[in-house]
Order: sequence, then C-alpha cells, then structure tokens
Amino acid sequence: MDIEKRIQGLRDRLQYIQDIFGAKENANIQLLQSKLNDFLEREQTASQSEKSKQLSALEDLFEFLERKLERDLTPMDKVRIVRHPQRICLKDILENVYDNYTELGGQDEYNIDPSMIIARAYITRRVGGKVYNQPVMVIGQEKGHGQEFRNGGSVKPWGNAKALHYMKVAETENIPIHTYVFTPGAFPIEDNPGAAQQIARNLYEMAGLTVPVITCISEGGSGGAEAIALADHRMMFSHGYYSVISPEGAAAIEGRLRSGERATPELIESCARKLKMTAEDNRVMGYVDQILGEPALGARPNHYDFFKLLRQEVIRATDSVVLNVKGWRFFRAMTLSSRRARKKGKSAEDIYVRWSLSSRAKERLVWRRYQRFRRMSLKAYMDVTPFSERANNVLGELWWDIYSFFKYDFMRKHQKKISGVMEEIGGEIQVVKDKFSAPLEWMRKLAGAGSTEAVVTETEKSLTELSCWDEGSCELGNGSYYVSPQAREDRAVTCPNAATHGCVDLWAPDLFGDFAGVCSTCGHHFRMEYQWYLHNVFDQESIYEFSRNIESGNPLSFDGLDAKLEQAKAKTGKKCACTTFEARIHGVNCVVAMLMADFRGGSVGAAEGEKFIRAAERARKKHYPFIAYVHGTAGIRIQEGVNGVIQMPRCTMAVRRYIEAGGLYLVLYDTNSYAGPVASFLGCSPYQFAVRSANIGFAGRGVIKETTGLDIPPNYHDVHQALSRGHVQGIWDRREIRKNLHQALLTMGGRNLYYR
Amino acid sequence: MIDVKALLEEMKASPFEVVEVRAPHTGIVEFVVSEPGAQVHGTTGVWNEKPGTLLAKLGREHNAKAILAPLKGEVEKVFLEHSGRFVEAGTTLFTLRHYLTKDEVISAILKKTLHLFHAPEQAKYYFTPEIDTKVKASGCKCVRVREGMDLFIVSRMKRETPLAYAGPEGLIYAVYFQHNESVAAGEPLIGVCPEELLPVIQEVVNRVQGEWEER
Repeated sequence: MDIEKRIQGLRDRLQYIQDIFGAKENANIQLLQSKLNDFLEREQTASQSEKSKQLSALEDLFEFLERKLERDLTPMDKVRIVRHPQRICLKDILENVYDNYTELGGQDEYNIDPSMIIARAYITRRVGGKVYNQPVMVIGQEKGHGQEFRNGGSVKPWGNAKALHYMKVAETENIPIHTYVFTPGAFPIEDNPGAAQQIARNLYEMAGLTVPVITCISEGGSGGAEAIALADHRMMFSHGYYSVISPEGAAAIEGRLRSGERATPELIESCARKLKMTAEDNRVMGYVDQILGEPALGARPNHYDFFKLLRQEVIRATDSVVLNVKGWRFFRAMTLSSRRARKKGKSAEDIYVRWSLSSRAKERLVWRRYQRFRRMSLKAYMDVTPFSERANNVLGELWWDIYSFFKYDFMRKHQKKISGVMEEIGGEIQVVKDKFSAPLEWMRKLAGAGSTEAVVTETEKSLTELSCWDEGSCELGNGSYYVSPQAREDRAVTCPNAATHGCVDLWAPDLFGDFAGVCSTCGHHFRMEYQWYLHNVFDQESIYEFSRNIESGNPLSFDGLDAKLEQAKAKTGKKCACTTFEARIHGVNCVVAMLMADFRGGSVGAAEGEKFIRAAERARKKHYPFIAYVHGTAGIRIQEGVNGVIQMPRCTMAVRRYIEAGGLYLVLYDTNSYAGPVASFLGCSPYQFAVRSANIGFAGRGVIKETTGLDIPPNYHDVHQALSRGHVQGIWDRREIRKNLHQALLTMGGRNLYYR
Repeated sequence: MIDVKALLEEMKASPFEVVEVRAPHTGIVEFVVSEPGAQVHGTTGVWNEKPGTLLAKLGREHNAKAILAPLKGEVEKVFLEHSGRFVEAGTTLFTLRHYLTKDEVISAILKKTLHLFHAPEQAKYYFTPEIDTKVKASGCKCVRVREGMDLFIVSRMKRETPLAYAGPEGLIYAVYFQHNESVAAGEPLIGVCPEELLPVIQEVVNRVQGEWEER
C-alpha cells in the first residue's frame, strides 16, 4: 500500500512538471518519464524490498532533476505554476500557518463570494514561559484546488466589499491584517457596487487604515490584487507573479488580435518576459519588500517547511511594521533585523511584540505608508526640469507653506483677536489720516475738482452702450474662440439616434462649432477635443500649466513603446497623457489634472501618476479645490507593467491625503473612462460627474466576453447606467459644464473648504 | 367558413414576402451589393445590436449614410441604373425576397382565420381572476368566450376597470399580451377561434410545423 502511494506521488509529480513546462521539449522531463516507465515495467517482478530501494533512488532523481529544472523556469512557466490546481491556496495557509481560525462572511459555496475568504485567525507564541494569543484578520482570494465555485479567485465586486467591511472591523478591534493575493484579476462586472468603484473604495480606505497590513502575493493580477494589497509590508512568493495584465491579455493587445483570435505561445511567452512580472523583477523595482523562497517548482500543499517559513516571515513582518511605529522597541527591533540572530536559529516567535497600536503610533503608521508609496516608481518616468526651475519650485512651495500657515492655520485660530486688533489699528489710522488730509481736501474744494466727473462718465456709458439684459449673456466665455477641426469640414453628420428619435442631419460646422457637438434634436453628445473644454470651461487666460517637464518613459524597455510614445508626443505636443494646471472658474481658483484620450488612449503610467500626485499636493498646499477632468482613459499603460499599476495606490493615497486636509476633490468624466484609474484615484472621489457622452466601466466588452463569457448589452457602460448604479452623481450637458462646475464648487465646498 | 387549407397552399405557392428597400432621403447612391441572389441578413443580436448587411451608401452633403438590409433573405433585384446617380427619397433601390419562417406563416394564417379582439386603449391588460385561473390551469384553449362576457381588467395607473369581450363565440386560441406589460391601443389582445374550426386550424399549424422548410 505504501509503495503504491509513493508511485502515485511520483506520477503526480511528473504530471505536475509536464503541466508546468507545457509543450516544451526538455531532456530532463523525458528522462524522468522513461525512468518512471522503466520502474513500472519492472515493478511486477521485483520483490518488496527491491521496489522500495528503487523507489527511493527514483525519488532522489526526481528531487535532483526538479532542482535542475527550477533553473530553467521562464516567467511564463511561473504563471503556469501559480495557475496550477496543485498550487497552495489560502485555505492551506490558514490551516498550516495560523494556529486557529474562523471563517467569516460565509463558507465554501454558501458565501457572499466564495472567491474571497475572510478569517479571524490567531497566532500563538510562547515567550518567557507565557503564552500569547495574537488575533489577526486574514483576508485573501481563494482559488481552491479545482473548486469551480471559487471562480478561480476572480473576485466579484461584493467580495471586495466584504473584504473592506472586515478591514474596518479589524481597524475597530485594533488587530493587524494579513492579506494574501491569489487572483488573476477582478471579475469585470458593473453590478452594484461595481468592480471598479469597489476597488477604488477599498484602496481609499486602505490608504488610511490604522492597523498594520501585511501582504503576501502569489498571483497578483492588476486591479483585483490592488483591492487588498495596499500594505505596509509586501512579500512575494518566489514563484508568483505580480503584473498589470495577464501575459495572454498583453499578447492580445500587442498582437492587435480581434475577439476570438488566439495569440501564439511565443508571443505570450515574450510578453510574460517583457512585462517583468516575477518576484525578483518586482523586488528590484521596489514594489515588493521581500521574496519568500519556495521549494523547487513552486510550493504545493505538502511542503510543510514552506508554511513554517511563511509563518516566521509573516510574524516577523508584522512585528517589524509595529515596532517601526512604536516608541518602545530598541532591542526587539535590533534582534528582528539582525542576521546573526536569524542564523542562530532565533525565530520571530521568540520575541513578543504587542500588535495593537496607540493613537500616536497609528498616525505614524499611516504617514509611513504614504511615504513608502510616494517614493515608489520615481525612476520610471523622465523629469527634464532644469535646475533653476526646480529651485524655483522648491522656493515657491516653501512660500506657499508659509503663506497657507499664516492664512489658514494661524489666522483661523486667532481670527477674532487679530481682527479686533486690526479694527483698532484701522480706527487709529483713520483719525490720523483725516487730520492730515483736511487741508488738502479744503484746497481741492477750492479748485472745484470733485468726484462728479466719474459719475458723469458712468452715466454716459450706461446711456450710450448696449445693456446686458440677461445675466451672463454678455459674457464671451473665454474670449479666445476655439474651432474644432471637425467643424472645418463641409459635411453633414447623422446622429446615431436618428432612427429612434428622428434627428435631422446636422452640418458639421454648426454641430461642432456652434452646438458644442450636441445633437439639437435628441441631445446626443458627439466627442469633442479636450481643447474645447480648456477654452470653454475655464476663465479667459487663467490656465497656468505646471510640472510640464515630466515625461512618459519606457521603464521596462518594452519593445516598440519608445516609437509609440514618440508618435504620441509628436501628435499631441504633450509629454504625457496627463496635463496639470491651475485655472479659474468664475474667479474661483482650482487645480486641475486632465487625462487626455489623444495621448496613448489616456493611459496612465508612472509620469501621469506622478503629475497627478503633484497636482493633488499643490492643491493641498494652496488650499484650492482639485478637479480631475478625464477626457478619456483606457486604463493603466500595460507596457509599463507594475510601474503603471502602482499608480493606483499611489494616486489614491495622495487624493486621500488631500481630502483629509479638507479639500474638495471632484471628478468629471468625458468620452471613455475604463479600468485602473476608474478603479482607484478617480472612482474614490465622493463627487463624480459625467458629461453625457461618457462611458464608464472596469473592463471593455471584449475583455468581459473573454474572461466571463458573458455578452453585455450595448449600453452597459453608458453613463446613464453608471448613474443608476450610483457610480456617478450626475450627468451634465456639455454646454453647462462651466456653470455646473462653478455651482459644484460653491455648493460642495462646505465650511471646511478654503479655496476663496 | 374560411378554407385554411387553401390558405396554406397559397402560402406554399409563394413562400416569401417581397420587401422593397427604398432611399430614406435624397442623395447619390453607391451600391455595395450589386448582384441579385446575394444572401443578406437583418439586424441581429440579443439587443438588436448587430446591424444588417450593408446594401448601399447614400451620400448627401459628404455624409454617406448606410442603407442596411431590414430582414434576412435574398436580393431579388438591384436597381443598378441608379448607381452613382442622385435619387429622390422613396426611390426603390432593391427588392429582397424574405422567405417566411414557420412562426411567420403560422401567425399570418392565424391572423387571417382568428377573430382578433383589439385593445381599446393603451393600458395593461389582465384576465379576470376566474379566467386567469382557468388559463393557468388548463391553457387558454379551454376558455370559451361569448359576446358581453367580462373577460379583461384594464389597468391604467392602478385604476382598474372591467372590459367585456365583443365578437363571435369561440375558444381563445392565442393570447398576444404579456402579464404586466403595457399594450398599445389597437394591438390584438386575444385571437378567438370558433369551436368547430379548432381541429382544422390545429391541423394546419401541425402541418406547417412539420412540413414548412425554412430557408
């Protein structure tokens, strides 16, 4: 019986190896196959002891060759490892790493979302003869070993909502959170609460969680991973991947495949390599702090040593995050980080660290988390700002710090006193002024000059010039008139609603010139260029662009991206897809970050993220409202890999910091806005509005079809649907944006806003 | 009595409907489909999101508007003499042969043979409770209706009034309205068939189901 079990074990191991290496020819695998076959042939005739001996030799050979094959693993092989049904999953970790646990929010298929598991677990450690039970909240995606109902770890929006709920519970209970990322990506459906919007909410809340969050990444697929991965310490399993998109998805985009077409294995393999998605790549780039070495060819449920290592490292990471923000830590912190202690076999469990935090420590924790993410991906873009301008910027920021301190902090605190003193001084000055100006006034009266002249001119003006009979009707908008290139063509345009609404054909110069691209019958909004908004929304000549020297780069040296970027730069005259500027709307100052669809589809990479963060910081320093105008965004720029994905937490944290400082953050969508940005720094805004032409969603039709097999109705991403799902707060007519934005600034400003 | 068999023979003699595709407005025609006999399809998809076959383009003020096939079928005739020319609105550009499907044949026969009772106004219609129970329990064909019988409840904005049936006595053969859905004025509500005609109609329907070849 024992021998049969061992034979089956070897068969499974061989099958696993064949699955991992796919169709690739490998002499080592063939050798294993032939050796196993030889043994099976001879098995019938051999005696029991002989069989056992041969099996031991065969097992040694398997072990040796597995280690050898380990060196041949390509990034795509690692993708196959994490997708394999034998890969360790969260349930294995809960069983083997934690001392006890209770699953929350449902069990197995009786669950809000079986692909997201929440468990209240505890870790027991015995230090100095005393036993400590330390509770943690464990959150993570569960792929299960071939359990269909787990949906492959692809979490539905309500699964992420459940995760968020228990994160808040952990925060209330002041216990650390351990998250395990095992997802190929979020399930792309817009049903309430919405894939994108829920991830955005998760990110926003995680940015301010006041308990330590430790993350282990096995399979980190883009937005789905980010929903639980904004952490103080990120670990990654050595055979895992963390990427902006699956290699197949990248291949479909790179190969410009139509729906139904399949990418070649070579193209997928090369995309996996180019995306730099392995643990080592991510550690080099600084997106994970630590790699956990797995056994050869990846950890499986019977690798108990790996679970032991994982337990040690998870405890050590939690300890070090806690100690970093605590006051009392001296020797413990030293021991934790000491390599000598580790070599001596001193484990993290031998030291006791209380995991609950004081209120001061909580503040430090959140601040350190912000700084950690702020420092990421700084090398992934180009900044060609000359030294003089940089120095100028630093001085300018310093000035704004001082100015806003006096204006908003000092003045507000001492407002009554200061205004009292100022009134007194003013009164005194008035008396002195009157005394000195009395002779002058007397002389002016003698000379006969008076203020009547001014009155006469004003009366004359009012009598001779045309009056302004309606408020705002004399306003010429921006003064400089923008003519859309679409309006220069002599042609008629048919409204897509003509069949149902009976719209008449419109002449392009009328439609795109006078009607602002709006059908005069049904109100359908045709797409307009971002320049139209710059000219028609903001006050005349009030736009002042900043951070203009930040330029999109090619951090992963992705083939062909340089040429595409050059093309986009030449076409738009911009250096990246994000333009940040200060402007005024009816005299109200604001900071605006604009994503342009014309530059690589408005995709967000490191440069765009950095500009967005700088804009949020500027708005915070200057105490201006912050508007994100999304002319269009296709998502994260996949060619930048994790450098792009990391902008999701980075920008969200900047936005949160701004909102918590009392700022008003407003998002306005136009044309198409999808994926990463909507699932993070845009979707987290409490005030999101959309122009009638907008489509908002997480994934496009093709991706939904490919990943879920579902056909979606044509108006699935339509802004009206987004409104009915509660993802946007209102739909604006393009012609009323200026008025509506101004009203929004006034009505949503509230008392804690200080933009005036 | 209507001779339903003759009706069926008549339909078999010409198993298609000829549809004219006309220019929706004035413009210069550019034919895309120019060969008679070409197979075309109408709008398809769960939400009618996939447009029909592009037949021609009609250009007016540099705006080429697509003329699409309205139904599935075969191009019978292409009026190529208009190619590249300016045409008036309503000019016939194509004739299509749309081969009738089983459902279309059956509904055409039924519409001719049954007595249709139409909705007098736009409202939601329900059967009265006792009729409703009968329909649900043993199907509509067991319900006998006669002149003046209280058959429907007309519901407009929750104000409900009874509606009496008017027409010849018979059995309800077809129900054309859906529960909880608004019916426009003039749309048929039920089709009533005299009891003696029922076996004949049933036979014709069965024959159509069995024999009619869809193309």
